[in-house]
Amino acid sequence: MKTTEKINSCGCDGGVCALSAPVSQKKITMQQLSLGFAGLAAWYVLYLQLLPFSNFFAYHLLQLDQGSHLGASIQFFVYDTPKVMLLLTLIVFVVGMIRSFFTPERTRMILAGKRESAGNVLSALLGTVTPFCSCSAVPLFIGFVQAGVPLGVTLSFLIAAPMVNEIAVVLLYGLLGWKIAALYMATGLAVAIIAGWVIGRLHLEHHIEEWVREIRMGEQIIVEEKLSWHDRMRMGGEAVKDIVGKVWLYVVAGIAVGALIHGYVPENFMAAIMGKDAWWSVPAAVLVGIPMYSNAAGIVPVVQALLSKGAALGTVLAFMMSVIALSLPEMVILRKVLKPTLIAVFIGVVGAGILFTGFLFNLII
Amino acid sequence: MEIKVCGPGCPKCHETERIVNEALGEAGIGIIVQKISDFSEIAKLGVFATPAVVIDGKIKCTGKVPSKKDVLSWLK
Repeated sequence: MKTTEKINSCGCDGGVCALSAPVSQKKITMQQLSLGFAGLAAWYVLYLQLLPFSNFFAYHLLQLDQGSHLGASIQFFVYDTPKVMLLLTLIVFVVGMIRSFFTPERTRMILAGKRESAGNVLSALLGTVTPFCSCSAVPLFIGFVQAGVPLGVTLSFLIAAPMVNEIAVVLLYGLLGWKIAALYMATGLAVAIIAGWVIGRLHLEHHIEEWVREIRMGEQIIVEEKLSWHDRMRMGGEAVKDIVGKVWLYVVAGIAVGALIHGYVPENFMAAIMGKDAWWSVPAAVLVGIPMYSNAAGIVPVVQALLSKGAALGTVLAFMMSVIALSLPEMVILRKVLKPTLIAVFIGVVGAGILFTGFLFNLII
Repeated sequence: MEIKVCGPGCPKCHETERIVNEALGEAGIGIIVQKISDFSEIAKLGVFATPAVVIDGKIKCTGKVPSKKDVLSWLK
């Protein structure tokens, strides 16, 4: 089976290489430690200055009116952009270090002996911390299936990996507060766990393409060298360079759109079409979101703007989840290993989970 | 020596291929890198995160674009 078309949408993060460059210091020295603390302190001081600076910039330096559309938009943009970038840098660094403990190889080993239920929970959790790239979805799927990881457990991983990631959580925290970030994380994991479990219960293993099961996968264990803290910090730094370097444009563009909506779209404009009373808006948001693809960096600022104009939280979260978790490009990739029936079930079950989440939040909040 | 770069064709895979080729040039080694983009071929090599570099059947790197320095050290 030839599978060679181009895949352009790809949210790859770090992985593992046999580290070769000799590391001069194996232990963290006092100097490095104090440098780290100084960096953190500088980060915090900078962070505290952002709000006063944005007010100063928009209302004093540019002399815009406090209540004007332009003033509100510019203040919003000047405040949010550096804030999000600062948060992103810190969290991506920390997550980059955490990820150095988890490789797809190790995750596979952990999941190999697991049964369903507990396996689904573990799999979704590992999905959030294992470095994963959507164009690796197929080799990873094959690797998991070959290692005897149940189908449903594998799918829990594949749902959670793109949906619950540090970029989404940071942006939600930065723009909407920790409650919504925590809510998103918890419900995202729940959707991944339950959807994977349900698909496992349906026993659709025969809807995996035959060639996947026929492959004798080469057994290879990549030589994992012992990483020192120094190496892990280096990996964190590389993750920052890599991820922040890639998503900053989305963040800026997203915040710019958010700023425009923030300044110019009237309050409660969204209430009629995306508000609580419009029950049909949740399924509509999910249907619109499924074929769309954007990473978290692009979608969260838009989400924030929608919320501030009266859209209901459940509707907006459902929209965000369906955009990030289910996308046309990913389905095209997965189609190589899953038969159409299984793809349809996958979309149906995950979509239903997201729909339920949306309704639930609109009901209780 | 036999060098394979595995990847379905995302930007990172092209980047990896480019770096490996550069490293080969620098080391003065005239081998043609084999680009493996067929998923079943990739799986048979034991790779399940792309891009990956496989030298003489040994996986050197998975799920990441290696640095040129790394590649050069594998070539020795």
